[in-house]
Order: sequence, then structure tokens, then C-alpha cells
Amino acid sequence: MEIPHLPLGSWIETGLNWLTSEYSVVTRGISRFTQTGINSLNDGLMWLPEWALLALIALLCWKLAGPRLAIGGAAGLALIWNMGLWNPMIETLTLVVIATLVAIIIALPVGIAAALSERLYRVIMPVLDFMQTMPAFVYLIPAIPFFGIGSVSAIFATVIFSMPPAIRFTTLGIRQVPIELIEAADSYGATRSQKLFKVQLPLSLPTVMAGINQTIMLALSMVVIAAMIGADGLGSEVWRAIQRLRPGDGFEAGIAVVILAMLLDRLTQSFRRTSK
Amino acid sequence: MDEQRPVKIKVRGLSKVFGKQPKKALALRDQGLNRSDILEKTGQTLGLSNISFDVYEGELLVIMGLSGSGKSTLIRCLNRLIDTTEGEIIIDGENIPTLGEKALLACRRRHFSMVFQNFALFPHRTVQENAEFGLEIRGIAKTERKQIAHTALKQVGLEGWEDAYPNQLSGGMQQRVGLARALANDASVLLMDEAFSALDPLIRKDMQQELLQLQTRMQKTTVFITHDLDEALNIGDRIVLLKDGEVVQIGTPEEILTQPADDYVRRFIESVDRSRVLTAASAMRPLRTTARDSDGPRTALHRMRDHALDSIYVTDRDRQLLGLLEAEAANTAIQEGAESISGYLTQDFRKVPPDEPLHHLFAMFSEKSFPIAVIDEQHRLQGVVVKGAVLDELAKAGEQ
Repeated sequence: MEIPHLPLGSWIETGLNWLTSEYSVVTRGISRFTQTGINSLNDGLMWLPEWALLALIALLCWKLAGPRLAIGGAAGLALIWNMGLWNPMIETLTLVVIATLVAIIIALPVGIAAALSERLYRVIMPVLDFMQTMPAFVYLIPAIPFFGIGSVSAIFATVIFSMPPAIRFTTLGIRQVPIELIEAADSYGATRSQKLFKVQLPLSLPTVMAGINQTIMLALSMVVIAAMIGADGLGSEVWRAIQRLRPGDGFEAGIAVVILAMLLDRLTQSFRRTSK
Repeated sequence: MDEQRPVKIKVRGLSKVFGKQPKKALALRDQGLNRSDILEKTGQTLGLSNISFDVYEGELLVIMGLSGSGKSTLIRCLNRLIDTTEGEIIIDGENIPTLGEKALLACRRRHFSMVFQNFALFPHRTVQENAEFGLEIRGIAKTERKQIAHTALKQVGLEGWEDAYPNQLSGGMQQRVGLARALANDASVLLMDEAFSALDPLIRKDMQQELLQLQTRMQKTTVFITHDLDEALNIGDRIVLLKDGEVVQIGTPEEILTQPADDYVRRFIESVDRSRVLTAASAMRPLRTTARDSDGPRTALHRMRDHALDSIYVTDRDRQLLGLLEAEAANTAIQEGAESISGYLTQDFRKVPPDEPLHHLFAMFSEKSFPIAVIDEQHRLQGVVVKGAVLDELAKAGEQ
């Protein structure tokens, strides 16, 4: 006896096709809007001479984390410049910044809501598990019919892939505020929003920042993968090196990704420390 | 005298069941089952059962019980940090369990300030900002709340620490901040949840003394939770004793010590240093006889002889104590032909108020053997304490 095949795949395809055709106005709007954002940020960063941006970033590192990161960061960026990967690096940075911003804008309210409502928490947590464990490449496929080949699709996939930690950490941060402090706020007659803004959010800030740090790291790893659907940047350098079988070029681009990752990580971690 | 005092909070028939089927648990309780049976049968915990008591305006009421007695639940029911299952909590005509969300917030802001066992200070706020918290919540203008919080911090001796963060302070100082936060809020009732239990014993005694001083100065209605009988006896105007979620006894510290309601209370108070809390009033005996200032020396001497006394206390018409007449002095008066005894009185004896601790009286006996006069605030003679009675009272207390 043959067990009939559950047509899960075709259902999903039907659903996605319907979404693409019904909401093409919306997706095209988003696409245009996002593309404009990407272009202007890219243009802005590339308009600055390399040395000026390098100095600016080094100064930022100095202010936030001290001289060591400033020197290390400057050296790393100089190496990228020297390897001729400056513009791809800027493109990658732009994708990471925009994807992270979108992810945070969605993640913070969702995380807060999940922390405050037990029911929502129970709905959101499995969704997050799904988002995180689904192989990242899979998100690239529906992104193309939605937003076409290119950077916008990369951002869409990146946002979905990198958002879960920001939500999780926000929820965790708010939930781990000691019960006595909640009781103290309640006992003085604080409203929900007073409690949230005066007690829960300030106290969860370090944890939220840790989540944002994770989101940035995941976003960086995803925008590199997104080169497969035509996103510009360091990822496409790696992709090209694979296709032409040039390990040297591949490693150079890879090292540039590592430098960018370390720089972003240390910088956001120092945010975390200063917010404590 | 207690009955005449205005009631601030009236608690009637208050019960709290933890669990999803409170009605079932209460029904079983009404059938006479106890806490552990109900837990076994229904899985519901009967936290509080049928609690009734009053908190009088301006008094310091201590709710005392061991862990698991429900005292923390009870104090949290008062400001509804925990919802009640049945019963009334009435403060200024409002029944707290039935208030809507808005009304509850307003009620908490107006009536309750709370001090917590583990201080519950906000670590991201300075001492000053912590003290301002209640005012900030109520929307008081910045300059005004700064002023009020500053005064409150001064009251608890934390002037100069305004800009420190809680983690820079010792435990005792942190709880002072907690107290300042509560005082600054100027709500009508102060709730203190094991407020001093996390402090080491010396600091704790200090804080108790300071609370008492604040209390006499400000007459703030205070509900104080503790598991420590010593603390309860030391600071409480009255004590509500809880056991397994029920009230065992309500009374003044002295009533609890001298008339324990049952064996549980009796065992509870065994550990207490009795001489410290027993007072002159408990060892006081009514006077068998006194003399009046208008009496002649012969009458006075006659009374002394009748009652086998060698001295007699002399009062005026209003029972105001005038002095003591010794037998020799009465004799002298007779020899000198005096009409009244008023010129022969001595003041060489001890007078104490009724609430004088008993152990203070010991020291007085070693000097003179006259009975100690117990006088009230109007200087009226209430009775006397003789050495034997003090010993007797302490011995009785020791046996129990």
C-alpha cells in the first residue's frame, strides 16, 4: 500500500505565489524604499575618502572602547583597504547596518510583548525556534519572488535569520528583572508603562544589548551567504572566488569579513559595558 | 481604650487560596479540614484562612508568624500585590479586593508605601532617585520631589549620599534608603515586610529604635511583618500572631506574654527574655489602704496597724499621690499635736509609670524597701509593686 505524499511543499508554494501576486504592490514598495536606503547609505559611506572613514571609525572605537580597539580597528581597516576590498566592505557594512536596524525595530516591541504576556510568549518562542533552525539558505528562495534578485532580498532573509536573538534576549532581560523590584514598583502604584520604562527596560538593557550584539553577528554571516542571490559586498567576492577556484582571493575576502565581524562585535560589546 | 481609636484598615474574613480551584478549597475548609488535608485532596494551598483584624490609626501593628504562616501573603493582600480569594479589606471606606485597575493604582499611591526584606532598591537609580520613586510615579514636579526626597533622606541619616548607587551602600544603609523611599511618598500606611530581617543584629536593633522614634514623631500607621518575636515585642503596639494562615492571637506584647491564647503561643514565647518585656503593671498590686492628706496622724497610724504596714501612701481627693507617711513620722505628728499629716510626708520613695519594664524595678528595690508606687500620667496612684511580686511574676513566666 502506498502512503500518499503530504503535499506540504506545494501548499507552501501556493501560499507564497498567492502572497507574491496579491501583495506585489506592497513588496515592490518595500523593495524600492529599501533599495533607496541601501544606495544612499552606500553612497554616503563611499563618498567619504577611505582615510577619513577609517579615522572616524578609529575615533569611535577610542571613545567607546579605548585605544586598543582603536589601533586594532584602524590596522584591520587599513588591511582591507590595502587588499582592494574597501568598497565591498562598505556594501557589506551597509547591509548589516540596515538589516540590524530593521531587526531591532521589529524585535524590541515583540520581545517586550512576549515578556509581558505569557500567552504571546508561548506562541512566539516556537516561531523563533523555527526561524533560527531553518537552514538560512531556505529564506533566500522566497525572497527572490518577493523582492527580486539583489540586496533587498538579502536584507529580507537577513532580518528573518538574525532577529530571533534580539527578541529572545529582550524577553529574557525583562523577565529576569527581580520580582521584588516589580513588587516595589507595583506597591507605589506604578502603571504598566511606568513600570516598563522606569524599571523593566533600564534593568534589562545589558541583556538587550547582548541580544543586539548576537543579531549583528548573525546578520553579518547572513549577508555573506546572501551573495548567492546577488547581494553585493564581501560575500560576492567570496562567491566569485569559489566559482573561479581562487583560494587566495577567497581567503582575502574571508579575512575582511572576520575583521569587520570583530570590529562590530567589540564595538557593540563596549556599548553594553557603558550601558551597565 | 483601644476600642475608641479610629480604625484605619479593617480586615474581615480574608482568605487566600493558591491554585486554580479556590472555591473547592474553601468549601473543604468550611467542612473543617485543615491546610494539609486540603492540599492533599485538591492540590490547592490555603494561604490565609478567615483573617480578621483592625489596624488603628497611628499604631504600629506587628504581624508575626514563622515561615509559612502566611504573613508575607497577608501584607501583600493589603495592597493587593496578591489578589485575595474572599473577604474584605477596607481602608477609608474603599474595599481593596473589589477595586478596578485604575482605582487600585490610585489607592496604592494614596495609602501605601512599602519597605521590603531585601530592600528592593532600583540598582540603576541613585539614592536620591530611589527616594523620589513614589513621587515620580505620582507625577510630582521635579523640584518638589527633589526637596521631599532630600528631607526624607535626612530623616534616615543619609544626607550626603544622594548621588551614590545602592550597591555602594551597606545593608543597613540600603534599608535606610528603602525607608526614605517609603517616607518620602507620605502615604497613609507604611507596610514593612520583614524590613530588618536581612540586617545583622546590631544594626537591626538600631533600626528598630529609629523606627520607634520616627513612629512617635510622625504617628504613621504601620504594619510590620516579622518572624522574630523579640522584634515584635520590642516595637509592636499590638501583635497579630499567625499560624498556618490563621490568626492565633491578637493583643499587646504584654497580653501575648502574660495571657498566651494556646500552647502554640506559649511555646513561641518561651524563648523570650521575659523580664525585659514584662512591665510594672503586670506585677502591680492594688493598694489595700491609703491615707488622705486631710486625715489626722492617729487615723493614719490606725490604718497602718490594721493592715500591718510600717508606711502608708497619702493621696488627695483625686487620688493624686502626695507622698509617703512612715510610722515614725506619724508618731512624731501625734507628739507634736498636729491636726493633719500633710506636713510629715516624705518623697523618699520610687514612682514609676505602669509601662516601666520589670527589670528596671529590681535595681530600685536594692536601695529602699518601700513598695514602689505606680502612677499614671495624671500622677494618680494606681497601685504598688513589692519585691516579692516582681520575683513571683518572673518565676511564673519562667515556668510556662
